[in-house]
Amino acid sequence: MSLLEISNLSVVFGGLKALCDFDLTLEQGELVGLIGPNGAGKTTTFNIVTGVYRPTAGDVRLDGRSIVGFKPHQINHRGIARTFQNIRLFAGMSVLDNVLVGFNQSLRHGFAGTVFRTPRHQHEDQRNQDRAVELLSTLGLDDRAMEIAHNLPYGDQRRLEIARALATNPKVLLLDEPAAGMNPQEKIELSGLIEMIRQRFGVGIWLIEHDMKLVMSICQRLTVLDHGQVIAVGTPEQVRADPRVCEAYLGEPT
Amino acid sequence: MSVNALTFRRLPQLPVWVINLALTAILAGLWPLGRVLEHQLNPYFLQILILVGINIMLAVSLNLVNGITGQFSLGHAGFMAVGAYAAGVLLRHYQPQGWEIPLVMLGVLCLGGVLAALAGLVVGIPTLRLQGDYLAIATLGFGEIINVVIINTESVGSFYVGGSAGLHGIPIHANFFWTFGAALICIVCVWRLAYSNKGKAFAAIREDEIAAGAMGVNTTYYKVAAFAIGAFFAGVAGGVSATWFGNLDPESFRFMRSIEIVAMVVLGGSGSITGAILAAVVLTWLPEQLRAVQEWRLVIYALVLILMMIFRPAGLLGNRELWPIPGRRRPGPSPTADPDSRQRMMA
Repeated sequence: MSLLEISNLSVVFGGLKALCDFDLTLEQGELVGLIGPNGAGKTTTFNIVTGVYRPTAGDVRLDGRSIVGFKPHQINHRGIARTFQNIRLFAGMSVLDNVLVGFNQSLRHGFAGTVFRTPRHQHEDQRNQDRAVELLSTLGLDDRAMEIAHNLPYGDQRRLEIARALATNPKVLLLDEPAAGMNPQEKIELSGLIEMIRQRFGVGIWLIEHDMKLVMSICQRLTVLDHGQVIAVGTPEQVRADPRVCEAYLGEPT
Repeated sequence: MSVNALTFRRLPQLPVWVINLALTAILAGLWPLGRVLEHQLNPYFLQILILVGINIMLAVSLNLVNGITGQFSLGHAGFMAVGAYAAGVLLRHYQPQGWEIPLVMLGVLCLGGVLAALAGLVVGIPTLRLQGDYLAIATLGFGEIINVVIINTESVGSFYVGGSAGLHGIPIHANFFWTFGAALICIVCVWRLAYSNKGKAFAAIREDEIAAGAMGVNTTYYKVAAFAIGAFFAGVAGGVSATWFGNLDPESFRFMRSIEIVAMVVLGGSGSITGAILAAVVLTWLPEQLRAVQEWRLVIYALVLILMMIFRPAGLLGNRELWPIPGRRRPGPSPTADPDSRQRMMA
């Protein structure tokens, strides 16, 4: 039994087959990539897995249990966290508060506990604050903890999104174009960071990325999508050599 | 120097039991203070003071829904009406005497709040899937429904409601203590909800609902909770006003009243609790001060609102509070531009 098993996943929007018979398995500690030209259905796949859309057919299993039809927060509670292609931070809140929202689901006290500031509330608030600071320092953001997220430089915002996702204690981390808009130096740092997260947090990472250098260097396996169809699966070397992949990206050879 | 866990612990914070004790003492102190003020102040000032207290409750509770959770509601006067009529009808029916009065007052205020909160649940669960303008219109519709229901209800069983003529002859038991005691409890509740780990979820929903859901926040639950808690305190405020004025006019709980409360939240700065309090004071006191200029009164009042929104669109305090909150720095220019200032702040 794999950590994440996706089988025959399909979604139809009106007459458009956005995703057709998608299969994937992801083990703990594995780093798998999802690539494809623009509009291939990569983010749609993430949106289905995280419960934003409901699939037309197929199944998504986490630890052997189906999560199809669950709401986004329920899927997150079961262990899937994500980042977004177009950064979706809580822009007006501090960096620390962004991470604290990720810890929200682990709280065991109710509103009454919050209002009366019960010992359990104080304990949990303090513990989460410590955990948030620790997480931020792991990701190198601790000296920015009190800044408003909106004011962070772009690369830091991307890292904060990852920190926030890790705060929900996921088993699977979905990264949607984490390197988008980064300069070459930031990309090198990012690949190191992803590798560190994989080892340190023991999560399975599933990654959408357009930067081929990054993808080829860090992913163990790749799935290539085009027009909602899987056109290639395999190691980076296999995928690179696949003529259908070249065709999808560059057009038919003449 | 970098921020670490130790820096956060070093933030000056009184132990919780000290704060709770102090708040209880303040609450108890409101009773003698009220007795003194009621004898010293002239009735006109006392009236304005009580109105300020009621409006503080309304503005702070609406701020939880509109400002902090970001769900634009125009139905707050409707919830106020539910609480006001619940308290008014019951008090008028039972006419408590002597030592029963404080107990019955506590009972009817709480019951008014609970009924308003239930109304909040009934309205909130179906309408909170709407966003922005759509939610505003739906809650506006709710406020009008409440009004129409009250106008067309002469009595419920043996309880006289009054219908379109209004409800008169409610025993007047509210005073300074009840008004500001309830306002204090309202402020403390909303404050503690807003500035706790659990309450961060409210603000997260305002900032980005999709991201909040993806981070494990049950957005429906939190939105409905904000709605119900806001409605509860609006109901309590309604109960206080019913038992202070002694009569209720269904017309006074219409859309214009909701707009007045929204104006307080926006003027104070959406999301700022101290801002809502400040705006409630200003917008209650200002129209009274302007009585000297007679017919220009409402023009000036409206002009103040227009000018405020032109020159200070974020409201009096923006989304800040009067004093800094632990773990929350005031937004400013990015410190990357000035590393020294950051170090000074962290030091």
